[in-house]
Amino acid sequence: MIIKGGFIIDPTRKIDGDAGDVAIKDGKIVDKVSSSATVIDAKGKIVMAGGVDVHSHVAGPKVNAGRLMRPEDKFISGVCRSGIAQKNGYRMESGFSIPSVFKTGYDYARMGYTFVMEAAMPPLLAPHVHEEIHDTPIIDEAALPVFANNWFVMEYLKAGEVENTAAYIAWLLKATKGYGVKLVNPGGTAAWAWGLNCLNLNDTVPYFGITPAEIIKGLIEANEYLGLPHSIHLHQNNLGNPGNYPDTIAALKLAEGVKTNNKFGREQVLHSTHLQFHSYGGEGWKDFCSKAKEVMDYVNKQKNITIDLGCVTLDETTTMTADGPFEHHLHGLNHLKWTNVDVEMETAAGVVPYIYDKNVLPNAIQWATGLELALFAKDMNRTFITTDHPNAGPFTRYPRVIKWLMSKKAREATLATMKNTDKVINATYIHGIDRELTLYEIAQMTRSGPAKCLGLGNTYGGLAPGMNGDVGIFDINYKNMPSDVEKIETAFQRAAYFIKNGEVIVKDGEVVSHGHKKTVWVKVKMPENLQVTRDVSQAFSQGTYTVDIRNYPVREYLAPHQSVIDVNVEA
Amino acid sequence: MATVTLKPTKVPELIFEGYSINPDAFANKSAAEIAALPGHEGKIHVTIGDFFEVSGNGGETAADTDIVIAGDCTRVKYIGARMTAGTVTLNGNADMYVGGWMKGGKLHVKGNVDSFCGIQMEGGELIVDGDAKNHVGCAYRGDWRGMKGGTIRIKGSAGNDIGTFMLGGTIIIEKNAFIHVSTHAEGGTVIIKGDVEGRVGGQMVKGDMYVLGEIKYMMPGYQKVDTVEKDVDGIKAKFDHYIGDLGERHTKSKGQIVYANLYLKVAA
Repeated sequence: MIIKGGFIIDPTRKIDGDAGDVAIKDGKIVDKVSSSATVIDAKGKIVMAGGVDVHSHVAGPKVNAGRLMRPEDKFISGVCRSGIAQKNGYRMESGFSIPSVFKTGYDYARMGYTFVMEAAMPPLLAPHVHEEIHDTPIIDEAALPVFANNWFVMEYLKAGEVENTAAYIAWLLKATKGYGVKLVNPGGTAAWAWGLNCLNLNDTVPYFGITPAEIIKGLIEANEYLGLPHSIHLHQNNLGNPGNYPDTIAALKLAEGVKTNNKFGREQVLHSTHLQFHSYGGEGWKDFCSKAKEVMDYVNKQKNITIDLGCVTLDETTTMTADGPFEHHLHGLNHLKWTNVDVEMETAAGVVPYIYDKNVLPNAIQWATGLELALFAKDMNRTFITTDHPNAGPFTRYPRVIKWLMSKKAREATLATMKNTDKVINATYIHGIDRELTLYEIAQMTRSGPAKCLGLGNTYGGLAPGMNGDVGIFDINYKNMPSDVEKIETAFQRAAYFIKNGEVIVKDGEVVSHGHKKTVWVKVKMPENLQVTRDVSQAFSQGTYTVDIRNYPVREYLAPHQSVIDVNVEA
Repeated sequence: MATVTLKPTKVPELIFEGYSINPDAFANKSAAEIAALPGHEGKIHVTIGDFFEVSGNGGETAADTDIVIAGDCTRVKYIGARMTAGTVTLNGNADMYVGGWMKGGKLHVKGNVDSFCGIQMEGGELIVDGDAKNHVGCAYRGDWRGMKGGTIRIKGSAGNDIGTFMLGGTIIIEKNAFIHVSTHAEGGTVIIKGDVEGRVGGQMVKGDMYVLGEIKYMMPGYQKVDTVEKDVDGIKAKFDHYIGDLGERHTKSKGQIVYANLYLKVAA
């Protein structure tokens, strides 16, 4: 297959809008193909690699809890029984903030995304996560098990045993077919079992006597000891509260001086996710304000951290996180329906619907904060577009976020429709920022950057020969950018073409194939750690877990299309 | 004013989803165009013309369009749903979702209706001469934003879950009701002229309820405060005034806690 004449945007090779061809053979990008290859005409359109989403909640028990809890979410935007889908034999799509698995796969494909990271997998419930991943068509997926409130991890780290922690991580990644180390409100979620939280990095976790700072620091060390493709992936403490930005910077500082150790081209040791929720000033909701500049001033200096935005999109959505105490707190604020669960010795989660209303001052400030983070960023290869789907907004709003980032006019237009425009301007930086991101920068934030951050930079996120034949073609003329910014949003919402592994998946914005999805996970090979083996087997045999160890791991049949990344840790 | 008459010609094998049967969809259309409007029978795309004989053209706007359905629609859903103006008169029974999400106009069913009539209604008038099943004027499943305005009058009896999550508007049940009246409501008025089994006003935050018959099982969260004289839908009587639900959160207005009110007619 050859994609001809498009404006290629590929930050991995520093190509910015040069007209050229992209050739794909046997699912991979190649230098050239024979003259008999299928030709796809991309003239007048931009050509990018398939998108990579670094953080999105798309599969697993809490997503399903959200679906069960919110039938009305399907009512709002159910694309039921569409004529085209019926004709082509595709499955019904439903849901807006918590779309069905089919809609999730189709919508990502329509936006030209090829890889999505499920951002929080409770290890005990990993079989469900994998079943749901398998049921989501088209997109390649991986999942990050949560570690930061795990009893084993807290006990090993309290005793300063980084090697044991690493061995436990290796065991758990294998058992759950996980990808990397996710931290959610380190210590805080565990503290909630005592009705408490850890808002500050130096709060002590009850019973375990460890602090969030020690957990973060310890997991960074364990992660680099193993040399995993991805760094630790941190959802910080004190999420969503006014005045939390000093805590955010304090946590980022824990990465100072730590060097990466990996063979996957990753440069960071800490990925701080949905930073928008962690960049607030003010004493309370009355003087709530954005501190995006302060946070980004630090991030810009510190080369070994990456961030994603977590942009508020001003929609009615469903929040869901392993940050149990936060969800309880949120329910107290908006009185909407709420569910929380505890996952034995590992983690917890909660779900609460939330309406981000542009006329509610704090919501409007949150909207501005998310965009400001990107606009203050100096290195777009370390700054990624997310909405923490579905927490700050559904992933289907990425094109709208791109529009806001690429156009001051679009930002001002949204700002002008708010009830408290002046107050929003006073509490944020957005009105004074003239920067408009380029398509090249957008490609860094959605393609090359996140792929590199996940240690997948040699297969995803670029169009160099040898990489996956995943290509998005969008109907935007690079040389003649549309004066109507709405067209940017429409073009990114529905790709002219999306090609995955050399197969046309989307044509003219409609899904035409279910493709061949893969589940990616990381298998660590290291010498057996007898201490950890004994601790784990004891936890199961002594009844600390409610399941038998034989029923704990994800069975092979639950993840039928695996792509395994091997990591070898020398003895 | 233009009148469009629909005469049922065939009983659907499954249920006909008549979401196009409302003055807004009929306005500005000829009889032939109306017959071609879409609907669903199960997963199959069908048209109004597959089940009805259409005569008469629609008016210029919805307000100028009157729809008369001359026959039974026991197996037709969504009649008059989302209508904003005009009238619909149905000489027979209807299935679910009659007048759901209705914003204006007048909808008159001369027979019985199934569940979910007038759900999340925002305005207009819905009259049912017969009985209604469950979920009269309630919120959509899972939703916490129920009926906001308009009037529903059921001349017969109704089932359970009346006015769940109601925020405004009026529901009148002229005969009896079963259980769950105004559950979670934060406004609006429900009048039940007959008897109610129980669970009246559970978790209700704000709003009014009138029961002119008996409540078999009273909610424990209600407390009698006084006896007042009231004129309710043309009936003047003495009512015991209860406030509640005392187990639920309540807002304050001018320093006073706002409770939901239950007025129970004093037995003669």
